[in-house]
Amino acid sequence: MKYIKLEHGSGGALSRQLTEEIIYPILKNNIYTELSDAAVIEANGKIAFTTDTYVVDPVFFPGGDIGKLAVCGTCNDLSVSGSKPQYLSLGLIIEEGFPIEQLIRILNSIRSTADSAGVNIITGDTKVVPSGKGGNIYINTSGIGIKEYSEIISASRIGVNDAVIISGPIGSHGIAIMASRESINIGSKIRSDVALLYPLCRSLFDLGSRLRFLRDTTRGGLAAILNEICSGNNFGLNIRESTIPVNEDVRAVSDILGLNPIEIANEGVLTLVTDPGSAQEVLDILHRHETGKEAAVIGNVTEAYPGRVILETLVGGKRILDYPRGLLLPRIC
Amino acid sequence: MLSSHSIDGIKKEIRSIASRLKKDIVIMEVCGTHTVSVRRAGIHSLLPPNIHLIAGPGCPVCVTPTGYIDNAINLVREDRAVVVTFGDMLKVPGSEGISLSRYTGSGSVRIVYSPLEILKIRETVTKPLVFLGIGFETTIPTIAATFLRAAEEKNKDIYLYTGFKTVPVALEALLGMPNSMIDAFLLPGHVSVIIGENPYRDVLEKEGGVPGVIAGFEPDDILIALLFILRQIREGTHKVENAYKRAVRAEGNSRARDVIYRLLEPADELWRGLGIIPGSGLKLRPQFSRLDAKYVFGFKEEYNYEPSGCLCAEVLQGKLSPLKCPLFGKTCTPEEPVGPCMVSSEGACAAYYRYGDIKV
Repeated sequence: MKYIKLEHGSGGALSRQLTEEIIYPILKNNIYTELSDAAVIEANGKIAFTTDTYVVDPVFFPGGDIGKLAVCGTCNDLSVSGSKPQYLSLGLIIEEGFPIEQLIRILNSIRSTADSAGVNIITGDTKVVPSGKGGNIYINTSGIGIKEYSEIISASRIGVNDAVIISGPIGSHGIAIMASRESINIGSKIRSDVALLYPLCRSLFDLGSRLRFLRDTTRGGLAAILNEICSGNNFGLNIRESTIPVNEDVRAVSDILGLNPIEIANEGVLTLVTDPGSAQEVLDILHRHETGKEAAVIGNVTEAYPGRVILETLVGGKRILDYPRGLLLPRIC
Repeated sequence: MLSSHSIDGIKKEIRSIASRLKKDIVIMEVCGTHTVSVRRAGIHSLLPPNIHLIAGPGCPVCVTPTGYIDNAINLVREDRAVVVTFGDMLKVPGSEGISLSRYTGSGSVRIVYSPLEILKIRETVTKPLVFLGIGFETTIPTIAATFLRAAEEKNKDIYLYTGFKTVPVALEALLGMPNSMIDAFLLPGHVSVIIGENPYRDVLEKEGGVPGVIAGFEPDDILIALLFILRQIREGTHKVENAYKRAVRAEGNSRARDVIYRLLEPADELWRGLGIIPGSGLKLRPQFSRLDAKYVFGFKEEYNYEPSGCLCAEVLQGKLSPLKCPLFGKTCTPEEPVGPCMVSSEGACAAYYRYGDIKV
């Protein structure tokens, strides 16, 4: 077996062989012990449940691959919902002709990321689509997490003067993908920030109600999240551009591609809102983590301009920061 | 970028000069990229209340006449040619309200990032190819180079539909318009890389001229250029100054200009919003008429048609702020644009809509 054939997804002998000889040996764990139709798990108390689909192109990119992304992305959605990720499902849609060696690399990446996250892949499915009808490989993961943070994470808890904090430099994931897609070699040092955010989130849960709001800063970038926080609410956000961490090489490649890091997808950055008195404590907590060592307060909640994000620019001008418009970068995650 | 200390110094001097001028000053940023940069950095919000920045006609898509777009649409609709264009042109509606984007699925409209790609498309498409040649001195050289190459290789069945515009002549027309309020120009950096400083001098340094300062596109470039303009207004002079010397040489790029003028020669040109400006366009020289889409396809004469209520014409003349157009943000948005100034990413209305209007 060198390449995926249509028969690998037909449910017949080759399907069985793919699952038994390649997928299962890499992913097996205490729960995924036999190839049954459904996994059975114990659940007590509140659980969180989410799903996400990954279509990133290219499949392997600086700093990660679609497998790592598919585990981190879904685990992160659970984490920012106040939960500890526990279980994942794995749906693979593979294009005919996809090299099996690459599939193995992706599965190994899924396994090692899942191990780091402390989650088990407990059920899965594989389909094959004809050559030219898919994009190499697509992955869907659904995840279950155990609720740990008792407060409800909602913008309705945000009050005037609360601090807006970002956990790390923005734009790395989208720009790493775009740079590798456009073969911009000066971008070769830019690595995706794809990372598990549970450790950061876990250390924030102890803040209780002083933590008002928590989000994974993914598609639409910081611009979209900030707008989601205030749109339709009776407060606005004052954001200072000079305080937003952006790596120099990300900024340079963004300029070349005509993109703005503030609108670019991230895969390892939290946006959070806390009560103003706790901002320094939150920064201290975040700075202890590798993924949070550049965390910064980037603005505050204001009564002025309800529902709008006001950006104070590098030269001190002010303008509205709107939702990103037009076609955003396709197949970025 | 300059340090925040230096930027504070510039802002302080701008405020100090403005407060002593005791009158309103209107500065037109000619280039659409400047408009976007001004709005994106909120530079307008930093200026004293008597200093007004207004957008000009420097967005290539915005000043392309409706008749030009209709002619291009008809080529595709009547299946006479494959139209090759930069992406910005796709969404501008013609007089019937439809745009070229309707036909992208048919394969009869091809989007390119560089005009040279047309030679590659030629290898796979059998129909005649027509390139929509719009833009200012910045984009014209590469288009001209492509067609000089096409001219050497005979029977390529590739044609150029010229809708080019040149900046200095347009500045003269803007100053000569009745009720012109323009006190100074922020001159376009990229265009100036090609044409240099002298063509502006002929227009702005003669009697009746106004100050003009060539500016780069970073927020601090623009602030410095605005300061230079205000210093000139304080002194009562009207000179052309270059505040973008790291990119613009006084003499410009003569090789690029040679390429332009080997293929093209000045012509009267119809602008959307501004009407016909004598000598402000470029047409193919007679020896290249076999490449001329106007000649080969017998296009209808161009015209302008403004959709009901659309005030793009006034916006392009710098007489109306996009914010004062009754359609702005209501029936006309970037998602559902009525006029070209809301379509193009460099259009004034799109920039005002996207970045809002905040006073510091």
